[in-house]
Amino acid sequence: MAKMSYIQAITDALRVELKNDDKTLIFGEDVGKNGGVFRATDGLQAEFGEERVFDTPLAESGINGLAMGLALQGFRPIPEIQFFGFVFEAMDEIAGQMARTRYRMNGKVGLPITIRSPFGGGTHTPEMHADSLEAVVATVPGLRVVTPSNPYDAKGLLISAIKNNDPVVFLENLKLYRSMKDEVPEGEYTVPLDKAKVVREGTDITIIAYSAEVNESLKVAEKLEKEGKSVEVIDLRSLSPIDTDTLVASVNKTHRVVVVQEAQRMAGVAAKVVSDISERAILALDAPIGRVSAPDTIYPFGLAEDDWLPGAAEIEEKVREILDFN
Amino acid sequence: MSSRVKFVDFAAKKESLASKDKPLQVINSKGEIINKEIFDQYSDEELVDLMKLMVWERTLHQRSNALTRQGRLGFYAPTEGQEASEMGAQLAFKKNDYLLPAYRDVPQLIKHGLPIWKAFLWSRGHVLGNDFEEEGVVGLPPQIIIGAQYVQAAGVALGIKKNGLTDTVAYTFTGDGGTSQGDFYEGINFAGAYQVPAVFFVQNNGYAISTPRHVQTAAETLAQKAVAAGIPAVQVDGMDILAVYEVAKAARDYAAGGNGPALIESLTFRFGPHTNAGDDPKRYRSTDEEKPWFDSDPLIRLRKVLMDKKVWSEEIENTYIEEVKAEIKDAVKKADEAPKQKVSEFLENVFEEPTPDIVEQIAAFKAKEAK
Ligand SMILES: Cc1ncc(C[n+]2csc(CCOP(=O)(O)OP(=O)(O)O)c2C)c(N)n1
Repeated sequence: MAKMSYIQAITDALRVELKNDDKTLIFGEDVGKNGGVFRATDGLQAEFGEERVFDTPLAESGINGLAMGLALQGFRPIPEIQFFGFVFEAMDEIAGQMARTRYRMNGKVGLPITIRSPFGGGTHTPEMHADSLEAVVATVPGLRVVTPSNPYDAKGLLISAIKNNDPVVFLENLKLYRSMKDEVPEGEYTVPLDKAKVVREGTDITIIAYSAEVNESLKVAEKLEKEGKSVEVIDLRSLSPIDTDTLVASVNKTHRVVVVQEAQRMAGVAAKVVSDISERAILALDAPIGRVSAPDTIYPFGLAEDDWLPGAAEIEEKVREILDFN
Repeated sequence: MSSRVKFVDFAAKKESLASKDKPLQVINSKGEIINKEIFDQYSDEELVDLMKLMVWERTLHQRSNALTRQGRLGFYAPTEGQEASEMGAQLAFKKNDYLLPAYRDVPQLIKHGLPIWKAFLWSRGHVLGNDFEEEGVVGLPPQIIIGAQYVQAAGVALGIKKNGLTDTVAYTFTGDGGTSQGDFYEGINFAGAYQVPAVFFVQNNGYAISTPRHVQTAAETLAQKAVAAGIPAVQVDGMDILAVYEVAKAARDYAAGGNGPALIESLTFRFGPHTNAGDDPKRYRSTDEEKPWFDSDPLIRLRKVLMDKKVWSEEIENTYIEEVKAEIKDAVKKADEAPKQKVSEFLENVFEEPTPDIVEQIAAFKAKEAK
């Protein structure tokens, strides 16, 4: 065990898999000598050489098309999209091509690609650097989408993603990169790709969240505990598929639920969760399902970010409303 | 089959790709006038104006850098080293030309009519900085998505052509890295296909963040990329403002004259970090590599020429710098006075007519904002 930040856990997972599997390749803009703009690949080129860890020309469609081609040649590519806001440049290669290949080839050809990319707001980046675009990929059949909320899951999920034989979009939260540390085991371990996690047990209400909003939700749970309210918090971890079983089990216990996302209300992962629960557990509910999300505008300019992003205050307000519903 | 005559010699073809052109230069890095014919076209006043443009940009850079460090600006992409490239280009265009800049082209945008205080608001992340209409600025705010502006420039230029606007062009900038994007190729190809009045300006400053130019492409020059789109292109010494102005002016005249698009590759260097958000050039550039570029500082060479002509002095320069600093100080003050942005206002700007679900959200945010 060692104390690691979220980003150190990611680097560690990459190092472990570069070592374990000589077919793994890391490439993208500035990932080589520079170690990535956040240093997620720091030192990896020096350790594993330019054949395994290399810079690409500046083109996201190119990077992801290259990943697909390399996967067809038996490699296990780990491309990086420098910021997830740039995914639009690569949408055809990811959603139009990679995601469809297994199906097109009658189930015989898998593409073991792990697309890593930082996302999420609150760090005062320029436009297109902070958007929560996870629903754009989480609604594509053939793609898995995972996002860790802590260093332990970051390493274990990334290793699982790399070892998986289908394309996985692995979203790293920018704000969490250096803001939290955890005990992280050395060497290889995995966290399942399609399992949500109950991160805090409770009996009165369930908050379902992912990525940075898990930590916001935990703050609310701790605060309400002092008032004698028992709040369960679930970290989705996988946005596609959604682990509905874990959610339904919790709702059957608490009978009240609030779903939280940082993305705009219309930008769908929470909407998917709400409809899954409605389909499978509506009779277990004592109150309408609450939803916390950002308003339906373009991600705002830096100065207004904090007023726009949903955080603990908005979650608390919604949780109280659903708890009070009779 | 093995001993067939080789009638297509790809190796020789590859050899023949070598560029035969030399980048245009008027004053070299030692301050020697090497193209007297061009140089003699400039009056002393014109030369002084060119110098002032570069001093203005350098001062804006230094103040922006300092303000960013003090947390008084937000996003800033340093321009030091690229003054000749940016100001020489900008000077060649007219107010009615449509500018599509990238994030490092804020100085051009200001010279195109955007008040400095608005540029500062853009940097801070305030939407008022992008309100061009009230200033009559013909163009778009700096593009963040590398390459996107290139395709749009083809569209703007086609619109200019369809609207029959005379003596008007679209002009756009990107970096060396930007020329790797599909958007770059698509933009120049469309512009060529429709023969539109567009000028594509590539600032090759050697690096895209940490990635050196040679990693981007096997093409010997970036100007060569235009050949495949059927567009004429030239390379220019981007540290020589006279040369840059000369080629930019020629490109504009050519495009505005109804001859179709043109492309310029300006050879320059970013003296500082990529942005002020943690980039450290020491991780990817050696001092040996930087030194000759620092020595070709565009201000040094023109300063020398002007001082030899006795039309410029340290005193003139310092007085001018103080003027620019005062202008910037006023701009910061004005930017500080901008009203706080409201989420309800963002919601009002999503569509021309807010949709019913947005109307609901506006009401919710207004109630919150009133507290
Ligand atoms: C589509 C897209 N991909 C990646 C980035 C991140 N990024 C910002 S600047 C930059 C390098 C650009 O280099 P270049 O085009 O040479 O211009 P310079 O910054 O040197 O002026 C990168 C990769 C981005 N903003 N947009």
